[in-house]
Amino acid sequence: MSLSRTTTKIAAGLAAGTTVLALAACTSNDSGDDEDLGGGTSEAEQGSNDEEGDTVVIGFSAPAADHGWMGSITESTRNVADQYGDVDLRVAEGTNDVNLQISQVETFINEGVDAIVLLPFDGAAMTPVALRAMEAGIPVVNVDREFDDPNAARVTVLGDNYGMGVSAGTYICEQLGDDPDAVVAEIAGIDSLPLTQDRSQGFEDSLSECGLKVSNRVAADFTVEGGEEAAANLLQAAPRIDALWNHDDDQGVGVLAAIENAGRDELFMVGGAGSANAMRAIQDGDSVLQATVIYPSTQGADGVKLARLLVQQKALGDLVEVEVPRTIQLYAPVVTSENVDQFIDTAFES
Amino acid sequence: MSESPLDVSDPRGAADRESTTRAERDAVEQGRAGGAAALLRSGLGRNLGLVVALVLLCAVGVATAGDRFASTDNALTILRLAATIGVVSIGMTFVITGGGIDLSVGAILALASVWSTTLATQQMAQDTHWVVMVGAALAVGAGCGLVNGLLIAYGGVVPFIATLAMLASARGLAEIISERRTQIVDVPAFTDVFTSEILGIPFIVILFVVVAALGWVLLNRTTFGRRTLAVGGNPEAARLAGINVRRHTVYLYVLVGVCCGIAALMIISRTTTGSATHGQLYELDAIAAVVIGGTLLSGGRGTIVGTVFGVLIFTTLTNVFTLNNRSISEQSLLKGAIIVAAVLLQQRLASRSNT
Repeated sequence: MSLSRTTTKIAAGLAAGTTVLALAACTSNDSGDDEDLGGGTSEAEQGSNDEEGDTVVIGFSAPAADHGWMGSITESTRNVADQYGDVDLRVAEGTNDVNLQISQVETFINEGVDAIVLLPFDGAAMTPVALRAMEAGIPVVNVDREFDDPNAARVTVLGDNYGMGVSAGTYICEQLGDDPDAVVAEIAGIDSLPLTQDRSQGFEDSLSECGLKVSNRVAADFTVEGGEEAAANLLQAAPRIDALWNHDDDQGVGVLAAIENAGRDELFMVGGAGSANAMRAIQDGDSVLQATVIYPSTQGADGVKLARLLVQQKALGDLVEVEVPRTIQLYAPVVTSENVDQFIDTAFES
Repeated sequence: MSESPLDVSDPRGAADRESTTRAERDAVEQGRAGGAAALLRSGLGRNLGLVVALVLLCAVGVATAGDRFASTDNALTILRLAATIGVVSIGMTFVITGGGIDLSVGAILALASVWSTTLATQQMAQDTHWVVMVGAALAVGAGCGLVNGLLIAYGGVVPFIATLAMLASARGLAEIISERRTQIVDVPAFTDVFTSEILGIPFIVILFVVVAALGWVLLNRTTFGRRTLAVGGNPEAARLAGINVRRHTVYLYVLVGVCCGIAALMIISRTTTGSATHGQLYELDAIAAVVIGGTLLSGGRGTIVGTVFGVLIFTTLTNVFTLNNRSISEQSLLKGAIIVAAVLLQQRLASRSNT
């Protein structure tokens, strides 16, 4: 019994890599004309998985919606849950207070929900209570911010921060060709966060493959004001920029404003996260924003789908595996004017 | 120590019973009943509105969530959540009663949580005893409180500004020390104690009860408490009455700082982490709980029982909302309405008792 379980786990781990591709495929097949906002339901065939089964009670908790991306997390999660007649989603108040978030999870445990989907304000801080849920036999789906103990979650859904940097860097390389003197600038998010460091590392690594490097780098704070301030300083420091990567589309609103105020148009900009705002600008094509790389805001919705499969003991469609994989890392695709139509329906409003 | 209070009083009671006449006994009974009525008037009576509010909330909880609300596990969940903010609110009660305000409680809590979970502190705790972490948190809390108190009492900075400055700088310092990372606690001896249960009651809930009880005694039964009321009511009169108002003010801010240290330890044990993001907006939660509890924001009157009720009302409200799957915005709206209603009610009662 234990042997076969271990084997399943290993197999699941191996399958996780494949899943990345599978999910990416789902997204690009998305016709997404049925949802008004970020429903995130891919139209890709899920086989018999969508057929109604036993009712699944899922507890969901996420940080406060103080950022467009985070607001969309809860909204798209609700939308997806609404589409299933057999999902009873309990959404707890979004909070940045770990103490409160812990008590929300405790409440879910007391209620005896079938599964918990948790986007922790702080992964490490929520680990003890997630462990308790798992010990109580409630599978936990960990979204976006990882626990510091692998036993605290049955499934982990992650975005790809390093991959975002790679996607942005690769796109800039393609655009600039082999101009070794090109000036590449970067406006990061909150610099001390591991996710920011991952993004910058990916960006640096992929740029170096075409012989480029980041000439000017500043950090902002994921807010419009912060983006404006950081960009204004950056533009002062660099009289000529060829390409600019801004980590976050919410702060990108401020970055674009600063670029406009400075009357700069010699550069092109790549965004990050993938807000609807940014995508509309890409669609219109009348600003310096040429592309953005996606950090999916539908991770919570994916978490709910996975939790439902877990409880109903169904397998993930298109995989051979009998069990839902242990880790699923989402892809960070580049959105340009050519493919923006595919993505704009699942994008989040800032 | 082996004798409980009951043991002490019982023999005397037995002897009394022999000698007392029926009439005397009746008189005693009556006195007791009168005492109960007086208690009702003073303590319970003053908090009657709060009791009613809490009972109403519980009724709503039972009506909407049934057994999911009215279970021991759920009660403990509410109490565990209430413990942290409760301890902070007890400290806040003293400061507000003493005519001040402390906006920096959340930031002090964050700094204390970070300081007592740095690698160095944890290493020291591993090598010696987990009490080192407790000492660190309490010392940081007391230290911040001391700075607040000195600035306010001797520097002449108004409490609002002094603690606003502390709010900014304590969290800033916490971020610098932790490099804005979450510090994971790996001192099992510490977490074992703080997550233990005594007779099924979580340790941090017991700690909250103990702090509340000590706070009640300190405010209602000691010179310190009477001085606090005097300083908050009329500092000039208090000074003329021979109270060292400045020194007392410093004590009050140190006291609330220590409470933040205790709350930090609770958060550390609940999350097994120390972080500069802990305790966000706790100042508002604590002030709200204190104010709806019946403590005058202008000072001079304070109630620990009211504060405890205030905390329980807000945490129960949060719990009922979570159980019923209600939205964030409705809850905030209702919280605001409760604060306004409580204050209006207090003013009405206060004006009636004056006439």
